[in-house]
Amino acid sequence: MKKLIFGKYLIDPKIFWSQFILLGFFIFLGFLSSLYMEHEGHYITGMNNQIVWGMPHMFAVLLIVIASGVLNIASLSSAFNKVPYKPLAPLSALLALAFLVAGLVILVLDLGRPNRLIVAMTTFNFKSIFAWNIFLYSGFALVLIIYIWTMLDREVNSFSKSVGTFAFAWRIILTTGTGSIFGFLVAREAYATAILAPLFIVMSLSYGTSVYYLTLRAINIKFKTYMSDELIENFRSLTIIFLFAHLYFLFLYHITNLYIAKHINFEIFILSSGGFYTFAFWVGQVFIGIILPLIIIFSNKLSIKSSMKLSSILILIGSFAAMYVIIIGGQAYPLTIFPDHIIIESSFYDNVVHNYIPSIYEFILGLGGVALALIIVLIGITNFYILPTSVISKDTVTSDNTDK
Amino acid sequence: MNNKDLQLSRRGFLVKSFSAISVVYVIPNLFTHAEAAKPLDQKVSSSTKWAMAVDVDKCVSGCTACVDACIEENGLYGFDRPETDSQWIRKIKIQDIKTDKVTTLPMMCQHCENPPCCDVCPTGASFRRIDGIVMVNQHTCIGCRYCMMACPFKARSFVHENLTEQLTNAPRGKGCVESCNFCANRIDHGSDTTACEEACQKEGHQAISFGDLSDSESRVNKALRKKDHKRLRADLMLKQRVTYTGF
Repeated sequence: MKKLIFGKYLIDPKIFWSQFILLGFFIFLGFLSSLYMEHEGHYITGMNNQIVWGMPHMFAVLLIVIASGVLNIASLSSAFNKVPYKPLAPLSALLALAFLVAGLVILVLDLGRPNRLIVAMTTFNFKSIFAWNIFLYSGFALVLIIYIWTMLDREVNSFSKSVGTFAFAWRIILTTGTGSIFGFLVAREAYATAILAPLFIVMSLSYGTSVYYLTLRAINIKFKTYMSDELIENFRSLTIIFLFAHLYFLFLYHITNLYIAKHINFEIFILSSGGFYTFAFWVGQVFIGIILPLIIIFSNKLSIKSSMKLSSILILIGSFAAMYVIIIGGQAYPLTIFPDHIIIESSFYDNVVHNYIPSIYEFILGLGGVALALIIVLIGITNFYILPTSVISKDTVTSDNTDK
Repeated sequence: MNNKDLQLSRRGFLVKSFSAISVVYVIPNLFTHAEAAKPLDQKVSSSTKWAMAVDVDKCVSGCTACVDACIEENGLYGFDRPETDSQWIRKIKIQDIKTDKVTTLPMMCQHCENPPCCDVCPTGASFRRIDGIVMVNQHTCIGCRYCMMACPFKARSFVHENLTEQLTNAPRGKGCVESCNFCANRIDHGSDTTACEEACQKEGHQAISFGDLSDSESRVNKALRKKDHKRLRADLMLKQRVTYTGF
């Protein structure tokens, strides 16, 4: 039985600092953007009283969903006892922590009053799923830190399986909470359904696996030791399962809405008459995000590595489209305040499909968030014993830490 | 003291950091804050039930007296940016899909008894007073806009830019959500009429009737006795205190 040894990601300091400075630059720009938004007010953004949640929320929700899903690899190792994933678990937990922190930072910086964060953390309305999510998110971060500790410190290594299983349960509840932010909105036809919670869970599994695969590939450019053919084959199978699960829940969500008479108009809007929203749904979320990756994975024209890389990238492009359709599309369709009437005139845009053109500030804030996630990963893998040092195979089970 | 005494191990650092965080943030929150139980306004009583009845037949197309009065009462000046300027009350023109009858009506916070905005607010800044007024605590609103996502009537506005000439009776601020509060400041100072109702009465239209449901002789009760009123989106079971008749 081969010994599992974890090591640091030792790269040329020049490469480290150039990557650090590049990511730091984007984080700085993101911070400046949020500062400008807070100083001037949200009128400089594309958000308004009609589209109240915009691009920052797309980035934030996506990053939080990814954070939950990327832990999938660690869960397979701890909760489901799949040995080949054990060497990959610390990186999985680190990625989860990084994306969670980044998502939360974007969310906080977009608040109308980010200076009142302390109010949000000390004054709670427990009927609000948002308040519960504050606990779920901060608790998840804490659980992840403990999980990483149990995996990396030999003295507490025996707890890693139970902590990992706990983290698995926590992240399922967490993504249920994230989906429920929308699912509990009874007034909007796009939401108001419990199916959004499992939909978010399968989306997280799919997006998280893609992010993990691409991260591992990026690390693997330098060290050719982490990815065995067997492992890539496993990732391929996982991706296929999650894509089909995503397709299934997406179909169920829309078919349910089509069946509910009062949601039909919204469904027609998203599925056929919504212009760019319809385009984003069919081309972005469905075709680029689900169908095309499946075609690529199942076709034999590309090598398994290339097809996995390409499909993972497409899945993440599709993930952004999905956030656009769910968050922006859901608000763009006007509220049905008078079911038996047509609104002829309103000074508050009650009768029009709302447009949303994001400002550069929102976009940069989102990019800054992504950069924050990546810099946390960079710092983590270069300073902690996160990465396995040998080829990952079934034989690799016991653990030890060493400098590579 | 030698250098070794000053060195802190990683474990020691983590233990001390967590202990410090616990002392500063966690432990104080384990105890209930005594002041939280104290009502902010002693005058508010559950024996008063503020409500509004709107007779759409009396609402005149083109008249904006209620909207203008609200703007003046609450200092809701805008920046000529209709997509981001606040609107606490607005006029809507609707057409019946069966009869083609066109009507206009004022639309504002419906002051639900089961308000979705209050349910979703993470800090409890959106709250319902025991006299039925739904409003936003401008000191604890963090500007997350979740209440705006939840409101079925699009009754809320987010303050998108810096304000400088707020009125003392209507505290407002950039980055917070706001909406009609049945002129709570007036009510708390003894008045029994809102700015919009007063303006509507002054115009001679009498489309808006406000008052205390507990008082059988209140204007709102008289209006409710005259005609059958209905709630908007009654299917949502929110039990709004604003009701409409005539469409």
